[in-house]
Amino acid sequence: MPHESIVLLGVNHKTTPLEVREKMALSDGYESPLAALGALDTINEYYLLSTCNRVEVLFTCTDPTLARLQILDLLFGSSIEKDQLERHVYQYQNNEAINHLFMVASSLDSMIVGESQILGQLKEAYRYASDLKTIGLVLNKLLHKSFTVAKRVRSETQIGANAVSISYAAIELARKIFGSLDDKKVLLVGAGEMAELAAEHLVGQGVSEVVVANRTLERAVKLARRFGGTAVSLGELVDQLAYVDIIVSSTGASSIILSKDDVKPVMKERRNKPLFFIDIAVPRDLDQNINDLENVYLYDIDDLNNVVEMNKAERDKEALKAERIVQEESLKFGQWLEKTELTPTIVELRSMADKICRNELEKSIGRIQGLTAAEQKSVEKMASAIVAKVLHHPLQYLKNGNNGTNQKTRIDIVRDLFNLEESRMDREDQ
Amino acid sequence: MSSLLFQISFFIYFLAATTYMVFFVSQNAKVRKVARTIFLGAGLCHTLTIILRYFEAGHTPITSQHETVSFFAWSVAWCYLSFRWRYTVKNFGTFVSLLTFCLMLLSAMAPKTILPLVPALQSWWLPVHASIAIVADGFLALACIGGIMYLLQEREIKQKRFGLFYSRLPSLDALDKLNHHCLSVGFPLLTLGIITGSVWAKQAWGAYWHWDPKETWSLITWFLYAALVHQRFTVGWRGRRAAIMTIIAFLSVLFTLWGVTYFLDGIHTYAA
Repeated sequence: MPHESIVLLGVNHKTTPLEVREKMALSDGYESPLAALGALDTINEYYLLSTCNRVEVLFTCTDPTLARLQILDLLFGSSIEKDQLERHVYQYQNNEAINHLFMVASSLDSMIVGESQILGQLKEAYRYASDLKTIGLVLNKLLHKSFTVAKRVRSETQIGANAVSISYAAIELARKIFGSLDDKKVLLVGAGEMAELAAEHLVGQGVSEVVVANRTLERAVKLARRFGGTAVSLGELVDQLAYVDIIVSSTGASSIILSKDDVKPVMKERRNKPLFFIDIAVPRDLDQNINDLENVYLYDIDDLNNVVEMNKAERDKEALKAERIVQEESLKFGQWLEKTELTPTIVELRSMADKICRNELEKSIGRIQGLTAAEQKSVEKMASAIVAKVLHHPLQYLKNGNNGTNQKTRIDIVRDLFNLEESRMDREDQ
Repeated sequence: MSSLLFQISFFIYFLAATTYMVFFVSQNAKVRKVARTIFLGAGLCHTLTIILRYFEAGHTPITSQHETVSFFAWSVAWCYLSFRWRYTVKNFGTFVSLLTFCLMLLSAMAPKTILPLVPALQSWWLPVHASIAIVADGFLALACIGGIMYLLQEREIKQKRFGLFYSRLPSLDALDKLNHHCLSVGFPLLTLGIITGSVWAKQAWGAYWHWDPKETWSLITWFLYAALVHQRFTVGWRGRRAAIMTIIAFLSVLFTLWGVTYFLDGIHTYAA
């Protein structure tokens, strides 16, 4: 029996520049490329994944070199030069492919390590392949396993727990102060790009209202309209503090625009409800001493950067743990795979022996006269005992080997020795 | 029999506290599940202990030092468990299990002999007054733990140095709400405890108020909490200030419960 390999071909953000990935992305969905792959008879099971950071094909085949050529030509031949493809595409086989898939699913291969989006994308790709029945026993099991590995990584490590960008760090802090952000209001001071980005994130996290204060009102109105909020002038800044909860300041002012003494009286009016100031302007907009007020928290861009750095270090530590989990699971899957490769040979060997045994029994018992039922039984018993004893060592050898021989070689030897290829053909002919 | 059960509950509380500590450091959800189960088991075993002790003593077992502190621990455990049933506060269990364990330790160190009840205390007011007061203390203890957690978390956020607590403790808002919640249950119960005590005092000793040290101190405690609750509702005291005040007021609770017995003399001592 020819052996199938699991092969993974692909490009990702690490190996390939965006302009190449763009050309390779499967932008019309999975159905048509999956259907096209169906025309290739070199591959058996196959599945496709395409996200903004990676395009990957996972398949089983007996001749990886030929399959690689055909697949690359079929999927990307029309959109990209051959030598460029050869330069960028990576290829993993068997255990390496399994390991890579698990790394991807656990978000260890992502641009932002620990982000959770990839698992959803993987599941969607799986759904297409499963609906079109392009995956069978091996890939089905493998992909399912990759989901559980991802879950295990998520529950046993803190990989996704830390915010590793400034805006996420700010949002995480806001959550630690306010709990839910759902009914919170944010005041943007300055209507630049940074403010816009921050507002986008905050609104994405459920902030209910956006107020924009800017030197030129026109720009404030424009930005406010984007988030369905209101615009105020810079002069109203202090009055607004009574109504908002989070302040993101990013003006180009050369000196401080809000001092501790401006904020202090506001707290009484707010009945001490907490205020969170985020100062992302350089030079800083807000008086550092504001942080000393009770129930008031001020983080400037350096503070946030520190948080991010700290989280990155923490995440790298967690990533090591996660990689260990992935390795462990890859190993386990490899073992399962080896076992499934063994099974057909074992079954065939047994059935062949059984067949011989049955044939010979029929012949002999027909020839011997006058056997009682009990005697006939014991003859049958003897015959199957001989078969079992003769097969014992070959089977043992298949399962364990004795001198560390490769399993594939062992399978080949046993199949050769017992002439299983031909006996299978005989059966198929009948 | 009941003292054997007490030892068993004590040991299970110890297990619960250790498991919770392991969970606190590792943040492994499986460990938390185990810790919760063990803690619930400890609470149930402790309940059984108290019921058995009631039958052995022939009166509500809140009369000796040992019994009172044990009952206090029980009340903290069950206030927490009843609370959890309604909503959860991240990692609250770790702190509560530690406190419960410490209380059990104190209780274990006190002599466990069953004392005969002096005639003055032989009344059905005993279970009513004492249990209300101690359940109130249970909620106030939870408020105090919430306050401590608030201060730990606030310190890390304010100083911008994130250590052990930042990721493990809930948001400041959640902790402040916890404080509010526990106070709004604990304070009315405390008030009720003092009122029932005073009614009982009228029956037993002939006057509503004697100014004995325990009464005085419970009044001081009551005023501290009243001030806190008042400030919370009128000027919106919250956060750090409310947390500190909760902790101070709880120290006063502890003094009323123990200090008075040890340092000051009065008619309001335990049966001994």
